[in-house]
Amino acid sequence: MTAEAAVFRAEGVGKSYPGVRANDDVSFAVEAGQIHALLGENGAGKSTLVKMIYGLVKPDDGRMTLNGAHHHPADPRAARAAGVAMVFQHFSLFDALTVAENIALGMENPPPRRELSARIRQVSQDFGLPLNPARRIVTLSAGERQRVEIIRCLLQDPRLLIMDEPTSVLTPQEAELLFATLRKLADRGTAILYISHKLEEIRTHCDRATILRGGKVVDSCDPRAHSARELAAMMVGGEMRPIDRSGRQAGKILLEVKSLSLPAPNAEGTALKSVSLSLRAGEILGIGGVAGNGQEELLAALSGEVRSAPGTILLEDRDLGATPPQARRRAGLLAAPEDRLGHAAVPDFSLTENTLLTAGPRKGLVRKGLIDRAAARAYAEQVIRDFDVRTPGPSTAARALSGGNLQKFVIGREVLQAPRVLVVNQPTWGVDAGAATAVRQSLLDLARGGAGVIVISQDLDELMELSDRFCALNEGRLSDPRPTAGLNLDEIGLMLGGAHGMEVAQI
Amino acid sequence: MIRLVPRDQTSAAWQIATPLLAVLATMIAGGLLFAIMGYDPLAAIRTIFWDPLFGPAAGYSRPQLLVKAAPLILIASGLAVGFRAGIWNIGAEGQYIIGGITGAAVALAAYPAEGMWIFPAMVLAGALGGWAWGMIPALLRNWFGASEILVSLMLVYVAQRVAAWMAFGPMKNPEGYGFPGSRNLQQYPAASNPELIAGTGAHWGVVAAAAAVLAIWFLMSRHIRGFHIRAAGLAPRAARFAGVRPETLVAFCLGLSGAFAGMAGLFEVAGPAGQITDKLGTGYGFTAIIVAFLGRLHPVGILLAGLLLALTYIGGELAQLTLQLPAATVQVFQGMLLFFLLGFDLLTRFRIARRIAA
Repeated sequence: MTAEAAVFRAEGVGKSYPGVRANDDVSFAVEAGQIHALLGENGAGKSTLVKMIYGLVKPDDGRMTLNGAHHHPADPRAARAAGVAMVFQHFSLFDALTVAENIALGMENPPPRRELSARIRQVSQDFGLPLNPARRIVTLSAGERQRVEIIRCLLQDPRLLIMDEPTSVLTPQEAELLFATLRKLADRGTAILYISHKLEEIRTHCDRATILRGGKVVDSCDPRAHSARELAAMMVGGEMRPIDRSGRQAGKILLEVKSLSLPAPNAEGTALKSVSLSLRAGEILGIGGVAGNGQEELLAALSGEVRSAPGTILLEDRDLGATPPQARRRAGLLAAPEDRLGHAAVPDFSLTENTLLTAGPRKGLVRKGLIDRAAARAYAEQVIRDFDVRTPGPSTAARALSGGNLQKFVIGREVLQAPRVLVVNQPTWGVDAGAATAVRQSLLDLARGGAGVIVISQDLDELMELSDRFCALNEGRLSDPRPTAGLNLDEIGLMLGGAHGMEVAQI
Repeated sequence: MIRLVPRDQTSAAWQIATPLLAVLATMIAGGLLFAIMGYDPLAAIRTIFWDPLFGPAAGYSRPQLLVKAAPLILIASGLAVGFRAGIWNIGAEGQYIIGGITGAAVALAAYPAEGMWIFPAMVLAGALGGWAWGMIPALLRNWFGASEILVSLMLVYVAQRVAAWMAFGPMKNPEGYGFPGSRNLQQYPAASNPELIAGTGAHWGVVAAAAAVLAIWFLMSRHIRGFHIRAAGLAPRAARFAGVRPETLVAFCLGLSGAFAGMAGLFEVAGPAGQITDKLGTGYGFTAIIVAFLGRLHPVGILLAGLLLALTYIGGELAQLTLQLPAATVQVFQGMLLFFLLGFDLLTRFRIARRIAA
């Protein structure tokens, strides 16, 4: 690694927040033409580091250089002017506007619309990212929306491109296409900083990896020379315990969903179209799919937030279609939604209060309408203890917990109620490797105890690891389940792909 | 340059400090206003905030404090429940008027019968009238998605017309020599709402207000329904996940605040006001919104805020008499109070920082 070739260099960069040293003496360099992975658990300091490079946060100490020049951007605009571009995990696009209009909005001095559209076409051709500038965002798939964000960055002709977990919303085929683009870009001399949890894709596609743990750089390596397990060990600073799938037996059918159809809840939602499935005791059913294909709607229909026609949802032969959420919980059908803050938990409530959201009926926390605070507190303490939730105590507000810890709390709150059937959506989304293993193991243990578990996830590795049978949600339709054993990624990709995946699949 | 920086957690200290700051700022700004108008600002402030309790005429004005505070606290208690859930009943004034009318209707229908049942029946009818008037915006919101803010507000003006119609028409006192207005219930013992302990101003409305404060404290902190209301206000999706039906909550909150306002109206008609007139609404329903917010939607806060706003009513009247301050003074004061409160409220969620030179 020579100083001349480095596009970006950090030397001894540090940043403290009250009570936390988010980054400490971080030094690394990204060379021209390099796809450089930034690896680390949640809370390892990846996002703080990236925010400093992009001008969202100011470092306390150390120095950064870009193309050999001092790089201390006061705000993202200054960072962009210096040649840094970033694609965020969450898109910032206006649904009602076209691709070209969205891109023009993000520019300091947008050229005339016709010229801009021509340039968008040019860039999308150069990099193999098919995109029509006149399409409205609302008609685009998640993968296509990401292309808009990427092209927006490419139009700035960046020296350093930062990508934050870009493949979490993509099908495997779309992800391949993305990597082809990134490689082309790298070949033209752009430096790419790539943030991801997915060790396999980093091993396949990245040239270099810098590993962060506790805000410090703990290692730097060529990821192609290491196994995923070795990389994971570097991240968490110890061997990962493999998860234990043993000891489960498929029993009688617990949950049956029969021809469940529901209209889209709103303009952005997805209608469920004749969804049918059955789930046995001791079984884990994995439901894959690209985000926005009906995952949230399916969970809402099962949790009882949205009622459905009689006879569409049967728990142990009991019709729950028209039953409200708390009565479903009493019957044994529990759910944990994807969105931790604001859906699975009330951000401003304490953990004790958050137990009352779902655990009232099964844990006797509410009797004749009266809240038993001592019991709620005791249950919160039990969840914190059994699921290793790192928090000062049950009086802490949910919003004060890190994503991984809150996720452990939410899953723990449901698992410890001993459900007959548990439905989870994205159980380890944005959760660090250690916590993810703990959450997955708890789901397996629950199934071992004779419960049925439905795991809705966009993380295919997770679904392969956990589920006995796999099916895919695509535009509100659920495919027929297939045994997970023997299924390969290409087949899964085709199951997931559906309409908008086809063009990609042919490349 | 200064700028606002969001706080990680809302500041508990500022939650308590901002209402006090708002009162202080109102006194200062009010004083300035009086000075510009040519009055002695210190004398005016003293007349409004001090004399009603400790001045030479305190013997008359002190009981008035409870008389004025009772409806404010009773109405604000109901409103606070809805406000916590993000359901905005702005029309308590209308529910207050209708409650007064339906409650008085029982008395006028029973006249001249005597019986222990009459007054309780009036209270019940008042609550029902207010409840029904509150259910109109609730149902329109649930069925058609109409804004409860606009509908409840507009129904205030409808209620005022109904009151005028009653006073000049169906409820006019047949022995009133043609004057508009109903029989005076203060002169009808079975239906009157008298002072319970002489010299305190305490009538049944004061008892009801105290009970309402206790009831909403219990509801909001001990009962699962209150928990659901708070959850719905903070995170509507989480509340639905917990099993809350938004429609049920809308009906409950508007119904409850309507019933409380209706009761307050009845206590006023049967007590201090004495009769149905076209000027039945005196603005308690609107002032109660200020009371609810100034009291931080918390029962104890509402109790204190209700007493403070009652003080501005009495002090304002006193200032009119002794200093010839204009009658609008009270409203200006109450408006400033809400204005400063909302302004200072920014500090509970943000802190002020000096901009660091770039």
